[in-house]
Amino acid sequence: MTKDDPILTPRDTDIADAELHARLMRTWTSPPGLWAAIATVDHKVIARRYIATAFVFLILGGILALAMRLQLSRPEARYISPDRYNQIFTMHGTNMMFLFAVPVMEAMAVYLVPLMVGTRNIAFPRLNAFSYWMFLGGGLLLWLSFALDTAPDVGWFAYVPLSGPEYGPGKRADLWAQMITFTEIAALAVAVEIVVTVFKQRAPGMSLDRVPVLVWAMLVMAFLVIFAMPAIMFASSTLILDRLVGTQFYNPAKGGDALLWQHLFWFFGHPEVYIIFLPAVGMVSTILPTFVRRPLFGYMLLVGALIATGILSFGLWVHHMFVTGLPRVGESFFTASSMAIALPAGAQIFCWLATIWAGKPVFRVPFLFVLGFIVTFVLGGLTGVMVASLPFDTQVHDTYFVVAHFHYVLVGGAVFPLLGAVYYWFPKMTGRMMSERLGKLSFWLIFAGFHLTFFPMHILGLIGMPRRIYTYQPELPWAGLNLFVSLSSLVLAAGFLVFFIDVVRSRRSGLPAGRNPWGASTLEWATASPPPAYNFAHIPVVFSREPLWDEKDALPVTSGLRTDRRELLVTSLAAAIPQARESVPEDSLWPFFAALATSAMLIGSIFTPWAVVWGAFPMAVTLIGWFWPKGTKEEMS
Amino acid sequence: MRSKLNLRAGGLLLALPLCGCNGTQSALHAEGQAATALKGLILLIVLVCALVWIAVVGVLFWALLRRRTEFAAGNKIHDHRLRLAVYSALAATAIIVAGLTVASFYATRALYSSHPPDVIVQAKAQQWWWQFTYADSENRPLFQTANELHIPVGKDVLITLEALDVIHSLWIPALAGKQDMIPGRRNEQRLHAERQGIYRGQCAEFCGIQHSHMALVVVAEDEDDYAAWLAEQQKPAADPITAEAEAGRAVFLGKPCAACHTIRGTAAKGSTGPDLTHIGSRQTLGAGLLPVTRGSLAAWIADPQTLKPGNNMPLVPLSSDEVRQVSAYLEGLR
Repeated sequence: MTKDDPILTPRDTDIADAELHARLMRTWTSPPGLWAAIATVDHKVIARRYIATAFVFLILGGILALAMRLQLSRPEARYISPDRYNQIFTMHGTNMMFLFAVPVMEAMAVYLVPLMVGTRNIAFPRLNAFSYWMFLGGGLLLWLSFALDTAPDVGWFAYVPLSGPEYGPGKRADLWAQMITFTEIAALAVAVEIVVTVFKQRAPGMSLDRVPVLVWAMLVMAFLVIFAMPAIMFASSTLILDRLVGTQFYNPAKGGDALLWQHLFWFFGHPEVYIIFLPAVGMVSTILPTFVRRPLFGYMLLVGALIATGILSFGLWVHHMFVTGLPRVGESFFTASSMAIALPAGAQIFCWLATIWAGKPVFRVPFLFVLGFIVTFVLGGLTGVMVASLPFDTQVHDTYFVVAHFHYVLVGGAVFPLLGAVYYWFPKMTGRMMSERLGKLSFWLIFAGFHLTFFPMHILGLIGMPRRIYTYQPELPWAGLNLFVSLSSLVLAAGFLVFFIDVVRSRRSGLPAGRNPWGASTLEWATASPPPAYNFAHIPVVFSREPLWDEKDALPVTSGLRTDRRELLVTSLAAAIPQARESVPEDSLWPFFAALATSAMLIGSIFTPWAVVWGAFPMAVTLIGWFWPKGTKEEMS
Repeated sequence: MRSKLNLRAGGLLLALPLCGCNGTQSALHAEGQAATALKGLILLIVLVCALVWIAVVGVLFWALLRRRTEFAAGNKIHDHRLRLAVYSALAATAIIVAGLTVASFYATRALYSSHPPDVIVQAKAQQWWWQFTYADSENRPLFQTANELHIPVGKDVLITLEALDVIHSLWIPALAGKQDMIPGRRNEQRLHAERQGIYRGQCAEFCGIQHSHMALVVVAEDEDDYAAWLAEQQKPAADPITAEAEAGRAVFLGKPCAACHTIRGTAAKGSTGPDLTHIGSRQTLGAGLLPVTRGSLAAWIADPQTLKPGNNMPLVPLSSDEVRQVSAYLEGLR
């Protein structure tokens, strides 16, 4: 594999561990200082920023939810004006979907995938840095507009014509559309990195049938992002063209079509649900075997279910449009396809149940969240079967029943596993354990608070309460349940408060974790906690699906990578046979500058289409800087 | 709460009676053919799903708490049994899901009747009220009304659905499921009330700042009452019978009111706002916001923007005498 002179090119072969560590640290660590922190391309550092930022957005979105519950706690309340309320529910949905759920799942992938496949950095690390800055820019834009009372007020779905030029005056809908562009760019960048990392950077021997389920889930998620995001990108761009340039994509009076928007939006919007949910499936499938002390049952079935869900998710979007008056035969098809998604979902649940059945459960906090997930998600899945039925949906569509349904699926189905994942991987990320005691308290508060808050909403929907209303009249029989829901939401909020207190406390003074505190089986536990900048001193070699369980004495490793520059191992797609040593990018400020230039262009385009023209110049400069050939150091090999 | 609002609305009222006349708005209180079929389907699916959930959670707890005797990882017989169980559960899922799909196809049939309707009403939704146009047998328009639909019990009523600005959705849960009203498109909704009664409906698609206050009432009445109502509605507006109402008409016609509202039989021919020819006969005001009483009419006229912030009716400055007069006039338009 090498023809370099081994004396002139220092390798990781035959050096003592301490010396190897010192040399790799010199090569991989970013220097101290603010600029170096901005320039870093370490996937772990960027992922931790990403996760922390996303959780900040979760807190902000949660506060908005509490504000809505305050307003709805009694009929005709006047705590919040209708205009502000519409901004709040739009912000809540947009923020939770685009700034919390998708980014946090991608960020978990950015942290975990390279470690789980046994490589030293994510593919395209500078793109990764760029992605974070774009995400941050989009988030700041949205929240700044809310602070200035010009936040979007057209719902997270921004249906035309309400969001169009005629009925959506001001810059509110434009801000929404460009915020979408920010987060799309960020999401697409991460998706590409994940696909390449999984395909080309797996540890030798990690053939496709040995890839951890979480990595499979992230891979399918990345493909969903790649196929779904262009639809919303087209939609938001044409919306802003209608508003800014005077095109007529969505104006029926000029031959446009208001329903076109809904098709485009939901062609993205439904896969979006699985972009959030599939990573959670991966988390559950990783956490669960660790706490029942048994390999996952039905690995092939589960991976097949992940892929099937990913493909099916593109054939369901019309069930969001069952009452728009589409042809009935088409609607029947989408009823059947929406029902069919129950099969892969069922397969996942049954595999987990079988794993628990055959294992020996150990009730630690991450496992509790997994159990809470199963109980909650199955209920949300079943209400999904209900809304998949066209006739059923005509009564519950756009009511609180649907609000209940998708919170069961997204909070129960994705946030519970995510919280479990935080408890599970926090020791890896920080080197410290979180508190079992606070963890159990927060789990029970969140679990009980969630069900008390969201279960009654099913009933509210069936007895006639529509979504997105800022108030309701006292003669309607909804006041009692609404007050109950509002009070319950405080329990849920208290649970999250305990969780965040635990995070902050454990970060400072949690017990030291050691390499593998849970006795888990996957590669990320083979390195120190937190992992060093170079992840693995030697790239591991994998002979099974549970390398750390099957190689009890010492993990086999490979050697031959250089220590004086950043190198990782490229392997073949299917069998992960080593193919090449690849030298990977150093830290750089250019991604940050490129993100600044892109942000300026996108924000400018809210006000004038010419910003796209003039904004292209600074972007070109930053991209030239970014891709400028670096000489021999990075070019060879 | 109410009285506080009214004080703000000009201190015209001490208290408004709660509107008890709005009727039910619940999918579980089915009084129409479609809604009854839907309620049956809803109960069936909810029941089946509840059983499935209980089964899954039951198995989960069993798996967690069962006594472990012959635990051995990689036990082949054990794995074989598990595999059988998983595939059986998958097969059961497929059968249940297929069954529910077929049930839902059958229920869909009940929603779309193909025989010709007995009555056709044209509905046009706009921010934030409903305009209804009744026509004669040759489909010539007879009259317009707003936010209140009258239908004969036991008859098939076809509502043609259009939207004049943004997307709305007509939903009267006690009678039928919802159907969107989309600019540039024309949808249809069938109503078939099985019993007399008053049913409340509400816009179900977010349509802007006053989406929350875009309700309507449907009055399902027997053939005779319906015929009588049709006859009354076709007449032009009644002439005022008191001096106060007479003065009210003069104010109405002299002020910007007439620029937006029509009162048939007078010079008021505006078409932006609801037709007020028989406003006094309606149950509600402001699209289900308040019951039609003299007091609420006065409160609304004095300050529509406090009662329904952001709605399209501007505050027309009137003296308190004028407000009293106009509300007396409108209340008399039965």
